Amino acid sequence: MGDILGLVLKRLGFGLITLLIISIIIFFMVELLPGDIAEAVLGQGATPENLAALREEMGLNKPAFVRYFEWLGGAVVGDFGNSVVSGERVSTLITERFINTLFLAAYAAVIAVPFAITLGVIVALLRNTLFDRVANVLTLTSISSPEFFLGYILILYLSVKTGMFPAISSLRADMSFADLLHRTFLPALTLVLVVTAHMMRMTRAAIINLLASPYIEMARLKGTPPWKVIVKHALPNAWAPIINVIALNLAYLITGVVLVEVVFVYPGIGQALVDAVSKRDFPIVQACCLIFAATFILLNLAADVGAILTNPRLRHPK
Amino acid sequence: MVHDKSVLLEIKDLRIEGYTGEVWVPIIKGVDLTLHRGEVMGLIGESGAGKSTIGAAAMGYARDGTRIVEGSKIEFDGMELTTATEGERRALRGSRIAYVAQSAAASFNPAHKIIDQHTEAPLHYRIQKRMEAQEDAMDLYERLRLPNSKEIGFRYPHQVSGGQLQRAMTAMAMSCRPDLIIFDEPTTALDVTTQIEVLAAIRDIVDQFNTAAIYITHDLAVVAQMADTIKVLLKGEEVEQQPTEEMLDNPQEDYTKSLWAVRSFERPQKSRPEGETPLISVQDVDASYTGGDKVLDGVSFDIHKGMTVAVVGESGSGKSTTARVITGLLPPSNGQVLFQGEPLPPRYQDRTKDQLRQAQMIYQMADTALNPKVRISEIIGRPAQFYSGLSGTELKHRVDELLDLIELDPSKFYNRYPPELSGGQKQRIGIARALAAEPSFIICDEVTSALDQLVAEGILKLLDRLQNELDLAYMFITHDLATVRSIADEVVVMQHGKVVEQGPKDKMFTPPHHPYTDLLLSSVPEMDPNWLTTLLEERGVDNVGEAADV
Amino acid sequence: MSVFVVLYFACLIIASCLAAFYEKRGPFILLFSLTLISFILGIVGGTGALRFVAIAAAVLAFAAGVAFCFREFLVVLLPTKIGKELKTAPLTAAFGLFVIFTYAIAAIFAPWIAPYGESEVIASSFAPADENMLLGADQLGRDMFSRIIYGARNSVGLALAATIAAFFLGAAAGLLAATKGGWFDQFMGRFADVIMSIPSLIFALLMLSIFGPQVFVIIVAVAIIYAPRVFRLTRAVAGNVVVMDYIEAAKLRGEKDSYLIRREILPNSTAPLIAEFGLEFCFVFLLVAGLSFLGLGIQPPTADWGSMVRENATLISFGDITPLIPAAAIALLTVAVNFVVDWMLFRSSGLKE
Repeated sequence: MGDILGLVLKRLGFGLITLLIISIIIFFMVELLPGDIAEAVLGQGATPENLAALREEMGLNKPAFVRYFEWLGGAVVGDFGNSVVSGERVSTLITERFINTLFLAAYAAVIAVPFAITLGVIVALLRNTLFDRVANVLTLTSISSPEFFLGYILILYLSVKTGMFPAISSLRADMSFADLLHRTFLPALTLVLVVTAHMMRMTRAAIINLLASPYIEMARLKGTPPWKVIVKHALPNAWAPIINVIALNLAYLITGVVLVEVVFVYPGIGQALVDAVSKRDFPIVQACCLIFAATFILLNLAADVGAILTNPRLRHPK
Repeated sequence: MVHDKSVLLEIKDLRIEGYTGEVWVPIIKGVDLTLHRGEVMGLIGESGAGKSTIGAAAMGYARDGTRIVEGSKIEFDGMELTTATEGERRALRGSRIAYVAQSAAASFNPAHKIIDQHTEAPLHYRIQKRMEAQEDAMDLYERLRLPNSKEIGFRYPHQVSGGQLQRAMTAMAMSCRPDLIIFDEPTTALDVTTQIEVLAAIRDIVDQFNTAAIYITHDLAVVAQMADTIKVLLKGEEVEQQPTEEMLDNPQEDYTKSLWAVRSFERPQKSRPEGETPLISVQDVDASYTGGDKVLDGVSFDIHKGMTVAVVGESGSGKSTTARVITGLLPPSNGQVLFQGEPLPPRYQDRTKDQLRQAQMIYQMADTALNPKVRISEIIGRPAQFYSGLSGTELKHRVDELLDLIELDPSKFYNRYPPELSGGQKQRIGIARALAAEPSFIICDEVTSALDQLVAEGILKLLDRLQNELDLAYMFITHDLATVRSIADEVVVMQHGKVVEQGPKDKMFTPPHHPYTDLLLSSVPEMDPNWLTTLLEERGVDNVGEAADV
Repeated sequence: MSVFVVLYFACLIIASCLAAFYEKRGPFILLFSLTLISFILGIVGGTGALRFVAIAAAVLAFAAGVAFCFREFLVVLLPTKIGKELKTAPLTAAFGLFVIFTYAIAAIFAPWIAPYGESEVIASSFAPADENMLLGADQLGRDMFSRIIYGARNSVGLALAATIAAFFLGAAAGLLAATKGGWFDQFMGRFADVIMSIPSLIFALLMLSIFGPQVFVIIVAVAIIYAPRVFRLTRAVAGNVVVMDYIEAAKLRGEKDSYLIRREILPNSTAPLIAEFGLEFCFVFLLVAGLSFLGLGIQPPTADWGSMVRENATLISFGDITPLIPAAAIALLTVAVNFVVDWMLFRSSGLKE
């Protein structure tokens, strides 16, 4: 078991280093601004006094690396400084929104993951049939469509024309859970459509790859019935690729969510990021980027650790 | 015991097609096969002959992307498999017809213990209870002379060595005491010394249970030990079929004769000139790949001008690594390589153009040795252009000359691409590329092992002629002792990265040998059908297993 | 029951029977399940739903017909060797080629095809379609159709430029890493891993927020984001070639890296790299469209599909499909490229066996 622990720790260490490098990139990229943040925020009409005051307030007079460590130290405990536009604390501005985003992603994932994996396995078993080809064309089309295209089609048909679901996902704290699900159904469905297509294709490829293994043929040649070939011989080896597919797509959800939030005016962190970008509110941009990147890395990390833990060769070392 | 000799399997006009992604093309073009109870039939042929496909078809099984054409008949013990339902066919597999695959390492499921995979079929067919099945498995392991037969089944596949795994798979095939076992190249992936024990084990167990078998292989000497009858296949068609002894003594068809042709070529042995500086001198070389164990340990030998030194050993013995050290691809951790008495820089990047030119290499797989996207004229022309600065008509002239030298018609081959050539032609192009540099020394890495007997002999004759005309020195890396006999002047035997024995060829082939040389020499299968029996008697059956498990 | 419904079911049932009679299993199952689904659809959604299915089927049949004709047209027109390969292309790939061809024509000859200028105001805002304006006017009263045509030039051009930049950067690094090996290879691999662990859209937003939404910045940002992906693939493809003995032979001859890459590795990597180019183009195109949609792409008044969706989005709440047209234009091209790439990948994987 020492091997596994070592590998997992190594992978965790690598994830941590990656995150650290990314924090450096995110922080110092802003330093590349022509002029500095204060100039960028106040614009051309700023007086030298105003600039100096803002610089003082933001601590811009300190060297960059000192500010980096201060920023990183704050980020670790959830403090990302203050917004330069409204002056409010970044953490209060984005915490609730981040929870909303997680809710939306989880909503989509709960529908998409079982649905897509099941369909992917079915398509893999029926490969090269008409059903497979139709599924191939449909998933390719879905992958190729921008999220906002799918979003607006859903709005047009399920909201404007039939009035079944609201087009705008305004959330209130006193909503019942059923109401919440109803109100956020369209953005969740948009994400489901895109992610399902991706996941189905990846699951199909992984399963087909697995079914080509000699040990699967051996199982068939031993007279093992097809369902047992899948359950007993394919499945125990399929966890790693399937975990990988799920993690990759959850990571994809996190990015896709930005566009979908804008289409449905959903109060999530993606929306906050886009607003901050257009207002050049850098502390918020940095915070959102770091959160997105961290989630992304965490999911990839989970996939790799999952693959290590389910690998029979590593579980039973020599 | 009176053995029933009735017909067990009868295949008539078997036709199988494969899907290329666009159209169905025939793979098997009307093959008949009759197998009696207890009979072992050897299916032999080159890759692409369709042996493996026939083996699967005997189980009523068509691999993904292939289909059995209507009208084919496969009758197993009175049951027509082509018209049977999938369920009926499946009920035969594992219980009455079993399968042993080429790569045991890939064919055991890594997620389950060996014994659980072994007992899967008996439990599924309700022949035995779990405990009985496990007892039986251990008994079979014992009979197949697996070490720790009581315990080995409870390991996972990756915890067991290749030769043992192959025997465990044979045991698994035996689990339901089938009437027929298909052996699909069961020893191809193994070393010669490991191969012996697996062959012996398979032969014994098939004999003990009077199981009929189809033994698929491309190795004539192996099939001669195992089979009662031999069927020769070529491109999906039968060439001929005869009982083993007759087939070996008196093949009828030209193709079979060409396969059987014993190496007739043997050139006179040259001896080392006295007092001359060796062309290449490997001196006390140690080497290891990054972070790994030593793969070469104190290797020393000399190669003289115009002579052929054969380096023999099994996979992992370090013979190819030695070649990499000489060419400078792998700098040694200790020791050095001298060229005409001068030390060569360890890394090829540091060698001069002339040093690089002097030592050339010919590879085992001509497919990967020639760039498929470059014309023959450029493949051969580039070294001449690079080293001698030839261009224009001079270069064309030189390429023509080289093509003539390797006995290929320049007008036909000048503008062609490697994929359009046969295996033997490609290997000749590889030789021409080495010659284009005008070297004094050529490393030949298993150059004939991927070729058919006749073609291989042509290549050996060509290499010999070139050696005499151009005064070349060869380092011949091979595991095939027949090749060593025909072309070598001196022999170096390697094991586990060390030279165990070296000397002139005649001395090496006459006893007394180093024990390892002895084992190696005796383990190479010979065409004599009694070879295995005799060998086992000589060695004493019981220590066969241990001899190779070291 | 209307005549339409009777005809609809008659057609389906006759087609199912024909499929069953000729023992075409796949089409039969498809047709018959469609018949069964149509019963339910008819009960739930009424004639409208069935009409929708019929129209969708007709559009599909039309697309298939166009694809078939275009394929035959190309087979006749092109030299026999390429023609022969094209003949084996599935209809989806032929359709993809047709769409790409159409877009290319639209982009190149935009000023001649478009009836009005790119930013020419010719009507009141959101004016409906009439005989002058095929698709009506946008929020400032410009001709939607003309802007879609110009958009082909701007949106596709920008994505193409960005893809080419990413490709050159990534492919060059990948080839070099595969050839050189050692620490350079290791370092580049790690570096690519780090860049790739920032989600692409997020990274693009970060860079655009800092340097502002200009065409040049977008191209550089996309190149930085996608180069690691190209690098990884090129490294993998070239990695398979580098282990070949002919590379070793060339190295031992003393050839320089540039010769190795140019003469030995590249000719053996072109097929997968071309397919990868198509795939990367799709990703880049969608990313750039997403940025435009967020208002961070090509800035107005230049016509750009992503921004056009955003500018006209309000029309959706009135049930008007105008904003969907530029979005559909994006989707159609991406689908087309994906269809072609899918065929190319299938071909290169099929040839290996």
